[in-house]
Amino acid sequence: MKEKEIICIVCPIGCQMEVMEGKDTNGYVVTGNACPRGEKYGIKELTDPTRVLTTTIMLKKGKLKRLPVKTDIPIPKGKVLACMKELVSLEVEAPVKAGDILIKDISGTGANIISTRSI
Amino acid sequence: MDKEYDIVVIGAGPAGLAAAIEARKNSVERILLVERAKELGGILPQCIHNGFGLHIFKEELTGPEYAERFINELVELDIEYKLDTMVLDIDGSKNVTMINTRDGIITVKAKAVILAMGCRERPRGALNIPGTRPSGIFTAGTAQRFVNIEGYMVGKKIVILGSGDIGMIMARRLTLEGAEVKAVLELLPYSGGLIRNKVQCLDDFGIPLLFNHTVTEIKGAERVEGIAYCQVDSNRKPIAETRKYIECDTLLLSVGLIPENELSKRADVKLDPVTGGPVVNESMETSVKGIFACGNVLHVHDLVDYVTEESRRAGRNAAQYVKGVGASDGTVIDVKGGSGVRYVVPQKVRVDNLEEKLELFMRVDDIYKEKKLIVKIDGEKVKSVHRKRLTPGEMEHIILDTNLVKGKESAFITVEVEKEGARI
Repeated sequence: MKEKEIICIVCPIGCQMEVMEGKDTNGYVVTGNACPRGEKYGIKELTDPTRVLTTTIMLKKGKLKRLPVKTDIPIPKGKVLACMKELVSLEVEAPVKAGDILIKDISGTGANIISTRSI
Repeated sequence: MDKEYDIVVIGAGPAGLAAAIEARKNSVERILLVERAKELGGILPQCIHNGFGLHIFKEELTGPEYAERFINELVELDIEYKLDTMVLDIDGSKNVTMINTRDGIITVKAKAVILAMGCRERPRGALNIPGTRPSGIFTAGTAQRFVNIEGYMVGKKIVILGSGDIGMIMARRLTLEGAEVKAVLELLPYSGGLIRNKVQCLDDFGIPLLFNHTVTEIKGAERVEGIAYCQVDSNRKPIAETRKYIECDTLLLSVGLIPENELSKRADVKLDPVTGGPVVNESMETSVKGIFACGNVLHVHDLVDYVTEESRRAGRNAAQYVKGVGASDGTVIDVKGGSGVRYVVPQKVRVDNLEEKLELFMRVDDIYKEKKLIVKIDGEKVKSVHRKRLTPGEMEHIILDTNLVKGKESAFITVEVEKEGARI
């Protein structure tokens, strides 16, 4: 049976939750959470943990050398390093606007890499 | 005198930006925002991670995105700002002297001043770590700037001393960029940062966090070659027999932030010895009339949204002051931390000037589980809030209904941690 102690990170309270397979409607029982968002997060963290990846890439012709970027949706935790590898060689030229899509569907995650700063 | 302004805001990080914008929205015309760095936004542009703005924008933004929203608004509102400009002095008449390479040294006259200079990182010199003085020792924020803005990697094998938020965030950042973060050492028995950062930045990558440990020696001639570390006893003294050595080329320090109040002192603003920032009232006004303070210069925050809210309050009240409609003093209540609470901000409350709610911000002195924070007025309990977990690393926040305070000739408000129950 899948079971895990998970610290909720949805908000700064940081509820200490226990998530286990059970007879609840979702098939999982979450305890220790203070809100429904925590329950949702707990089940997701047990079954399919995801993260928003934030990093920087090379920037040419800008006033700075690095451009901060992120995935526009959370990606599977296990794909984070693959995405970092793909981003090592990515190079863009200024001007760039915050929100510009720089790579579509990075590492087959379905997420786009977008700029988080206008330079 | 070179020019006159209604409000001069010192520092264009999140606090200064929010304060200046709020002042303009309250119809103040002549505002000058002065920033020492070459760009607006303060520390936010280098905080490329997400998690900013959950309270105010109801979404998770990165630091640069959060800053850009405020910078765009500042520009739309046509608020004057000077970059690359260092404020040297504020005198008792609110004459603000500053220097840059375009204007030279200039002095402007302000009706009100908002202090938003932020804080600085505690450096190696403040820690007395024995050993040599090689390169490869950085404060976490400096490393963050090198990696995220300048584009330099700071090292390959990293040890981090201190579990502050920036240190934990840099542990993840450097791991993603290919470095090996060998350990995070924390002198105290608990983390100095937010839980979410421990979970997402350390646990996710299997980076060990060793409580009750500290660095006892730095080795290396030109470059850091390694560090020795020890477990500490209950008096935080290293236990020699527990000494271990880690080979590394870089040591990051994430050991606390100190509000930067050199200018506040020049202006004779009274400081709180616990927060290291000015003593303020409910309007964010310091002990000097017309000088306001907000953000990390006042007390170190964990969440930028709280900085923004506090700074908006400072901007709004500075606008009132300039227009001459600020409240008279009337009854002033002292707000203090009781047992278990290190400090409370604001430290003073002018009852006649309270808005509908009074927001109190505080930090506790230790880790507590399943405890109540109790608010007392003149020793009488008026409110208590239950917390599953209290830790010094996470700022607490209590909203008090103003009716509890209004119309009473109270002398002081205290907030304390309840004494009964288990303490761990």
